[in-house]
Amino acid sequence: MAPHRGPASRGPVRNEVNRLKHTISALVKNRPRVLTRIAGLFARRGFNIDSLTVSTTENPNSSRMTIVVDADDATLAQICKQLSKLHDVQRVIDHTGEALVEREICLVKLRPPRERRSEVLQLVDVFRGDVVDIGGDVLTVQVVGGPTKVDAFVSTMQEFGIVEMVRTGKVVLTRGTQAT
Amino acid sequence: MSMTTMRGADAVVRVLQEEGVDTVFGIPGGQMIPIYDALYDTPIRNVLVRHEQGAAHMADGFARASGRVGVCMATSGPGALNLVTGLCNAMMDSIPMVAITGQVTRPAIGRDSFQEADTTGVTIPVTKHNYLVKDEAELADTLREAFYLAATGRPGPVLVDIPGDVARAQVPFNERCIECLDAYEEPLRPVPEDIERAAEMINAAERPLLYIGGGVISANASDLLTELSDKCNLAVVHTLMGKGGFPESRELSMGMPGMHGMAYASHALHECDLMVVIGARFDDRVTGDLSRFSPGTKVIHIDIDAAEIGKVREAHVPIICDARVALEALLPLCRERGRTAWEEHLLQEKQRLPLTYTWDNTGMPPQFVVQKLYEVTQGEAIVTTEVGQNQMWAAQYYKIDRPRHFLSSSGLGTMGFGFPAAIGAQFARPEALVVDIAGDGSIQMNIQEMATAMDFGLPVKICILNNGYLGMVRQWQDLFFDKRYSGVELSARPDWVKLAEAYGAVGFSTDDPEQVVPIMERALEVTDRPVIMDFRVSREENVFPFIPAGQGVENMMLEPPRQ
Repeated sequence: MAPHRGPASRGPVRNEVNRLKHTISALVKNRPRVLTRIAGLFARRGFNIDSLTVSTTENPNSSRMTIVVDADDATLAQICKQLSKLHDVQRVIDHTGEALVEREICLVKLRPPRERRSEVLQLVDVFRGDVVDIGGDVLTVQVVGGPTKVDAFVSTMQEFGIVEMVRTGKVVLTRGTQAT
Repeated sequence: MSMTTMRGADAVVRVLQEEGVDTVFGIPGGQMIPIYDALYDTPIRNVLVRHEQGAAHMADGFARASGRVGVCMATSGPGALNLVTGLCNAMMDSIPMVAITGQVTRPAIGRDSFQEADTTGVTIPVTKHNYLVKDEAELADTLREAFYLAATGRPGPVLVDIPGDVARAQVPFNERCIECLDAYEEPLRPVPEDIERAAEMINAAERPLLYIGGGVISANASDLLTELSDKCNLAVVHTLMGKGGFPESRELSMGMPGMHGMAYASHALHECDLMVVIGARFDDRVTGDLSRFSPGTKVIHIDIDAAEIGKVREAHVPIICDARVALEALLPLCRERGRTAWEEHLLQEKQRLPLTYTWDNTGMPPQFVVQKLYEVTQGEAIVTTEVGQNQMWAAQYYKIDRPRHFLSSSGLGTMGFGFPAAIGAQFARPEALVVDIAGDGSIQMNIQEMATAMDFGLPVKICILNNGYLGMVRQWQDLFFDKRYSGVELSARPDWVKLAEAYGAVGFSTDDPEQVVPIMERALEVTDRPVIMDFRVSREENVFPFIPAGQGVENMMLEPPRQ
């Protein structure tokens, strides 16, 4: 069984139902079907995934999955323990309460009325976003940041009429020397 | 490290021999021909079954009866898919098994080739782990790792899918080195402080109770468990999987609690102030409604699987390791303790609430048949069961005093398990008396394995409690659905004597209580072929006690409701 760290490893706290979004990092072997195994585990045990990203790491034999789950404390503990049991999972970290660098990329296509274009550009600037494409009357804007910032950006842009939107889902690393 | 090369199929068989495998259960097919060819030259007993599900259950029964890893084989596509139920069965009951399946050749994978199925995809949720061997260089170590994973930690089934061209290729064969395997891990050790706390709680408890499951048996810890019970006068309840983990004929065995458990066992669990849970997982068939399950009771939970701790019930002291290792550590710290008012109370309850059944004019009670089987076999048999009423009556009326003598599909509830499991057990324990307690529904789900038993002259006894119904479902329809018997009557009732004889086996049939013991005695005399004993029993007998699903111990029915 793979080691895991974080509040969930201390066991469930049944009397503190604390349903929140939690971020989990799973370092997994770069093996065929590893995503199927993990997705299947979530589906089979009825755990909810909010977002899931898979990426390469500094080690070509491992991938890192960053999984955001919507779970109470007991469920979170089960998720971490069940993940740790998978043979292809090397390490599981529940990041609850940890200092993290969190980032995601959001692309938004907007079709603002011509007279409000400059207002949009100003707001994009406030969020340190970039216009990455213009085609016809459609602007495609990219913004990078933590989920709160991206949420705020999306809700600000809503009044200009979002045509299409995509978010990568969050990736995280723990701050400082602590390994993720 | 010395390295040789050999045909992939020969490497597979070499690893089987390294692992001490002497029996494999399966059916070949196109992609398995090379592996079956390699088996031909070895002393490994190659058991040709008649349906792959039978092979999986035989490997399972072999593992349960022996404690060794059971091995089954099937070819690509339909063969492999027929193993799925058996794999899931082993997964739910934590049984060590390795399944070796053929796969279409590597270039043919993904092209909907003849007899191609995504075996590793299908079996992810029903195996502890699985492998598709795409690189022939990894074949030997992959198979070694499969055996290692199946048997260590929480045991379970592991599948290795081998493309036909890998089996035919020349592959490197390195020396066996278990510590070098990628999956290798040091065994878990308990935290000494947790052991101390657990011992203090046991020493201080007023109403302690041991609640044991299959983990005690798979850890071969029954002797230590019995020692603990003896030293501290602790009463024991067992799950279906834990049956035989503590000798049931002992006074302090309180039997099986739960849905169809003994009333006194369920009461004991409800009333204790400390439960020491060893290798059990608070299954819903034991707990019923969780909010009403033994409220306020302190819990020491010993399990090798950390994920079981707190999955269902919070543990005050979790101990995550093998049951034997935990008991070794715990035993010296637990103080000798005499019988107290609590144990006296439990023994009185056992007297007050015995299992009962009644004779009426509807025919022979099935419970009577199981009782007589217990007497005639002197409680010495390895008992396998099918699933449903037969399984519960077997659990209630056939007391088991030794581990690995009661083999039942407990988690998955697989009808059709008992007979092939009995065949597997008979291969593992040729000298033992093996009896499958069956229903006439379940036995028909893998009856084709009569031919396998005949091939090897196995004297497996099948004791059918024949009521012409899918009895457990009929019971629920009787009690909760106004006797609307929908889809449960097995109208065509085969002549079981003729069926046995058609295979060359021996058959008996009766509905006469006087004939039960003589038939059993004659059956025991048969030593070279299977025997079917068809006991036509009262058709609408129900299993009691009965705590309906999702209810509490106070809702227990001890006998049929008055009409």
